[in-house]
Amino acid sequence: MLPLLGLLVRAPWSQLLPQLAQPQVGEALRLSLVSATLATLVSLVLGVPIAWVLARSRIRGRSVLRALVTVPLVLPPVVGGVALFLVLGRQGILGRWLYETFDYTIPFTTTAVVIAETFVAMPFLVISVEGALRAADARFEDAAATLGADRWTTFRRVTLPLVAPGVAAGAVLCWARALGEFGATITFAGNFPGTTQTMPLAVYLALQSNPEGAIVLSLVLLAVSLATLLLLRDRWLGRSGVPT
Amino acid sequence: MRLRALPVLAVAGLLALTACGGSTSSGAASSSSSAASSSGGGALTGTLTVFAAASLTDVFTDLGDQLMADNPDLDITFNFAGSSALATQITQGAPADVFASANQTQMTVVTDAGLAEGDPTVFTENVLEIAVPQGNPAGVTGLSDFADPDLTLAICAPDVPCGAAAEQVFEAAGITAQPDTLEEDVRAALTKVELGEVDAALVYASDVQAAGDQVEGIEFPEAEDAVNEYPICTLTGSQNPEAAQAFVDLVESDTGQQALADAGFRSPSS
Repeated sequence: MLPLLGLLVRAPWSQLLPQLAQPQVGEALRLSLVSATLATLVSLVLGVPIAWVLARSRIRGRSVLRALVTVPLVLPPVVGGVALFLVLGRQGILGRWLYETFDYTIPFTTTAVVIAETFVAMPFLVISVEGALRAADARFEDAAATLGADRWTTFRRVTLPLVAPGVAAGAVLCWARALGEFGATITFAGNFPGTTQTMPLAVYLALQSNPEGAIVLSLVLLAVSLATLLLLRDRWLGRSGVPT
Repeated sequence: MRLRALPVLAVAGLLALTACGGSTSSGAASSSSSAASSSGGGALTGTLTVFAAASLTDVFTDLGDQLMADNPDLDITFNFAGSSALATQITQGAPADVFASANQTQMTVVTDAGLAEGDPTVFTENVLEIAVPQGNPAGVTGLSDFADPDLTLAICAPDVPCGAAAEQVFEAAGITAQPDTLEEDVRAALTKVELGEVDAALVYASDVQAAGDQVEGIEFPEAEDAVNEYPICTLTGSQNPEAAQAFVDLVESDTGQQALADAGFRSPSS
């Protein structure tokens, strides 16, 4: 909390409007929100099944899979960015094939931003969902199965609603982490206004030449993320409510 | 072994500084740096903290080792980072004895704050070079290739020194660059060349030298429009002014200049 207070105290409030009026700021903010949301969606699509496998299945090598999933949490993000290069870069294992076959390269595109953010943020979602799945009573699923529901229906109608709060919490964590992502993004996606320069990158570069501007930018990022999180929270509590 | 203890000392120093609100650090300072000795061989003692631009990492580390070998009772710690970050740290009260900046702008930040002892002197220069992956797969020949939208190109962001220099040379050459990424520092740009992910990047000659075999450098005449001067100075807050001066002298000596030349830097022209 204290560093946050520091930002607020040191903020050059008179510069707020001129800074916000810069087209680059709006661009970076839009790109940040879009890419963090996309990264969260990708994480949901990939992460929930992985969490299910980790929590419910009995396949061998589960602990290895869990360790692999959590690797991005301990890896310095810049190293993560280099790792992504080695796989998806123009000279990477998969990237080279993409480049030679389709003349398509991933680095330095918005796609690369989403991939970098997903790589770093997905573990937060997987771990939350896995925890929720473990806490959920598997007997409900068994009951559904005995009543004739197939596995997909059970998953969709019973399991998912049971763990919805866990999925939501995981998605929020994932989104927040993606929004603040810096290291992997600047390494793998580079930094170019409009295509790959997200807010954290803009803040970092502003810090090199204009610290006051950087503070303003950080506050904008903070305000927008707080507002979004509060808004979503109200939504959830209003709609799905607390399952009793 | 002795180096191990240094972070602890630095932390202790910081604690002492914060403990007395940053107003009086002289008490702690004079006791920790047992100065009072001539600057002759082996006579320097205490600790010396050098803040230097990241591009000087290899050269200064070697020079520091030499000075420590000549003065067994002297400990030197380095803080290598971007010049602007270092200037900010110094003006925010970080305990430093020597500051070597990669450009005049960031040195001015320190001199304007009244923290430089005397006038800074330019001790070396660095010019931009085009870095290409080994074998130059895209066939880059000169600065004009940076206008080719089909190439994947990296230059530094205009906010950092190498980017400001890049802007200068492009402007002087009348070239509209088509970069794919504006890197946060020169090493990041170089990493992308090393990995073969960009066809060319604009970095400093010293960086190309440091990168070794994986990167080839191409000199270009327009580089003379953005020569980067490296100033160095001792700082007023120094707890060990003698050792600080000895380090600056070493950098400016023939030994220091030769080490810089070997690393791709060149002697100051003025």
